[in-house]
Amino acid sequence: MEKKFKKSINDAVNNSILTGALGKFSEAYRVNRAKAYEGIDFEELRQTIADRKSYAAKHLEELAAQFKKNAEARGAKVFRAGSAQDAVDYILKVAKDNNVKSVVKSKSMASEEIHLNKHLEEIGVSVRETDLGEWIIQLAGQRPSHMVMPAIHMTKEQVSDLFSKEVHERLTNDIPKLVEVARHELRTKFLESDMGISGGNIAVAETGSIVIVTNEGNARMTTMLPKIHVALVGIEKFVEKFDDIVPILTALPRSATAQLLTSYVSIITGVTPNTDGTMKDLHIVLMDNHRTEMSKDPKFAQAMQCIRCGSCLNVCPIFRLVGGHVFGSTYTGGIGTILTAWFEEMKNSEDIQGLCIQCGNCKEVCPGKLDIPEMILEIRRRIVADKGQSLAQKAIFTVVNNRKMFHAMLRTASLTGKPFTTGSYIRHLPLFLSDLTEGRSLPAIAATPFRDQFKKIKQPASDKKIAFYSGCLIDFAYPEMGVALVKILNKAGYAVVYPQEQTCCGAPARYNGAYEVAANNAVDNIKALLKEDVQYVVSACPTCTVALNHEFKSTFESLGQTEHIEEAEKLAAKVIDFSVLAKKLIDEGKLKLKKGVNPGSLTYHDSCHLKRTLKVSEQPREILRKAGYEIKEMFECDMCCGMGGSYSIKLPEISRPILQRKLENIRNTGAPLVAMDCPGCVMQIRGGVDQSGDKISVKHTLELLAELIED
Amino acid sequence: MYDKFKSRAEAVGAEVHRFRTKSDAKEFILSFLSKEGVADKERASALWSDSGFLKGEDKESLCKRVPGLKFDISRQLAADSIAGISEMSYALADTGSLVSDQTSINERLVSTLPPIHIAIVSTASILEDKTAVFKKLRPENSSYIAFITGPSRTADIERVLTIGVHGPKRLVIVFVDEMEG
Repeated sequence: MEKKFKKSINDAVNNSILTGALGKFSEAYRVNRAKAYEGIDFEELRQTIADRKSYAAKHLEELAAQFKKNAEARGAKVFRAGSAQDAVDYILKVAKDNNVKSVVKSKSMASEEIHLNKHLEEIGVSVRETDLGEWIIQLAGQRPSHMVMPAIHMTKEQVSDLFSKEVHERLTNDIPKLVEVARHELRTKFLESDMGISGGNIAVAETGSIVIVTNEGNARMTTMLPKIHVALVGIEKFVEKFDDIVPILTALPRSATAQLLTSYVSIITGVTPNTDGTMKDLHIVLMDNHRTEMSKDPKFAQAMQCIRCGSCLNVCPIFRLVGGHVFGSTYTGGIGTILTAWFEEMKNSEDIQGLCIQCGNCKEVCPGKLDIPEMILEIRRRIVADKGQSLAQKAIFTVVNNRKMFHAMLRTASLTGKPFTTGSYIRHLPLFLSDLTEGRSLPAIAATPFRDQFKKIKQPASDKKIAFYSGCLIDFAYPEMGVALVKILNKAGYAVVYPQEQTCCGAPARYNGAYEVAANNAVDNIKALLKEDVQYVVSACPTCTVALNHEFKSTFESLGQTEHIEEAEKLAAKVIDFSVLAKKLIDEGKLKLKKGVNPGSLTYHDSCHLKRTLKVSEQPREILRKAGYEIKEMFECDMCCGMGGSYSIKLPEISRPILQRKLENIRNTGAPLVAMDCPGCVMQIRGGVDQSGDKISVKHTLELLAELIED
Repeated sequence: MYDKFKSRAEAVGAEVHRFRTKSDAKEFILSFLSKEGVADKERASALWSDSGFLKGEDKESLCKRVPGLKFDISRQLAADSIAGISEMSYALADTGSLVSDQTSINERLVSTLPPIHIAIVSTASILEDKTAVFKKLRPENSSYIAFITGPSRTADIERVLTIGVHGPKRLVIVFVDEMEG
């Protein structure tokens, strides 16, 4: 990672104005968004949007031609701009041909994308942004830090300073008064300007209509008062039918700002009268700028389904810490990482793609059904395929690629030091890594790994067999969790099989773009776990579970390898998360819980992969309740703990504050115990509690359950 | 439907009134304008965009009641007025929105530039939602379909909701039950 980039992260994380505003907003957003969607079937709605938008993306050429024909029949002039430069050139030409002196703009991300203001100013045209947030950042000479709320990083004091300079009068910090100043100043500009430039939220091919959504009313003025109106629209905004705008208008305001509808929606079809009785000179610029290319890429075509609501930013645990400016480009956050890679070039996303912790929050709320984390992994994979791994990573994954060497190293680690701090290769091994990080202690490597302890646990002679996939963390850091799991399954009447040839699940390699290594890990594990005929393959680490039942196949597919796909599917069908299995065994009466015990209260932390990929959140809670625990839910119980595998090592400056926020939420419940179902989360949260000195115990659900089942 | 509309519209800051007859509604509007200081002087006028509501009305006598009330609209006048009055075709219960074909420039001027927009709507024209209104209003026969939901708003400074940044600061909705009578 570049030093400059690391510095921008540090500056952002330490900017309390930014993190305060974004933090408060994101907390309120979650609640308000849920309220705005009350009574709406979100899954059905977003499926409709995804279907309609993906249809449009597959028929761009056809829809563009249809749009042009229909809009022109209504008197508009439609220009199709292949590149950013084409769009700039056309708009400058319209300005020059009409002797335009001043322009008012309503918000347009597409115009930011092509730096239109700069180009207009260079030919002597004065440009005023009229969206309040955009005007603020224009006066400050900055870029928007958020797609929907461009000036969210600024305080009223800063705004007051900017406005005071602009109107040559010392203003107070009173927000309504500042807004009044903007109204007055910009009103004059609206009335004087000879060209209005807007974006467009939706473009309807069947009617040639542009739909513009605003709250301030500036788009109404921009499209009404100047005699020339230029609408700059990215071709991802197409829908085929007029009725397709209904689902988008239903989702966009709810997802963007948790409103049922924005104050204004304008649907403009062709030319309308000006205030002097003449007809509007309406130019619609349909801009491609690599969008067609993106729509043809099998992994990224889905990015065309984006409706630019910014909800992926609003729920991102990283974005609320660093804000938009760290992303260094026009579009920010998760979606911005993807759009930057396409609209600019792949390498411009090299640093920022590393900001994604793969928690999956964005995927869950996206109204266009974009799998943003998956696309970011694909960017990572392509960058690695193109440039190769860094030397340190190459060293790590050479080791991980070879099970025997990998496990030998981990054993050595347990002898050389606890907690584990030295050693040339092992320092960089995924998960058991490097230095003691500030704010979190790392566990010692266990003296005897689970794989050796298991050999000493006598298994019952039962024909009901379950294979246990431990994953590296349980094997080498928390073998006691493995022992507890075996105890539980034995009591339910199952014999546990532990295939010794199992190795790392490949997630660390995959999440670092080293897909070949992940594929080799997958092959080793498939062979090991399918060797014996078992009813289930159980894992108590959701990251591993996801690898085993979702990712092996997709890793092979990404590399074009077909040889092991069938076996991967066979394995996937047997894989089950521990909490799901335990719930089933309790329901079936195979596991009996002790009666009349009162273990007290706890709070539950939902792990990212368990909740959002495996869709499991109720089962562990039910088990714990049945075992007698009272659950005191924490605020943001399903927000990432900041672990993210090697993320916490690469970006400790981000991981640390995320962990602190999690600890605060745990603390606020007053529960003496926090349960979770992921050993990675245990490592992160236990480490945090250890450093902070809180008297809170941190347990995997299976450790608690093992104590409360009947003999 | 009316109750749902009223609660949704008020939730976003609109003021909602309902009258049985046109003459009750007219009385309300005229006295409202007087109370807001509409007068025959500079920057104190109110602009009424022509509509079905005014059919059969003697505009001159209306102007006599409220000096400063005008029916001839220009952009400068709209920018300098206290209030604009227009009729909106539909109201949507699920979002508290008003919808109309605003291809006419006067409709847009009076509902955008003055600090107060008074919108007259027939109570019979309340529809459930967007899907319902798009059965009535289509881009094939309207060049400018406008949705108005509450007054103009912004939260761009410190996320503090502030009303009236560019468009109207107040949206006063006047429902009339017997629009024909």
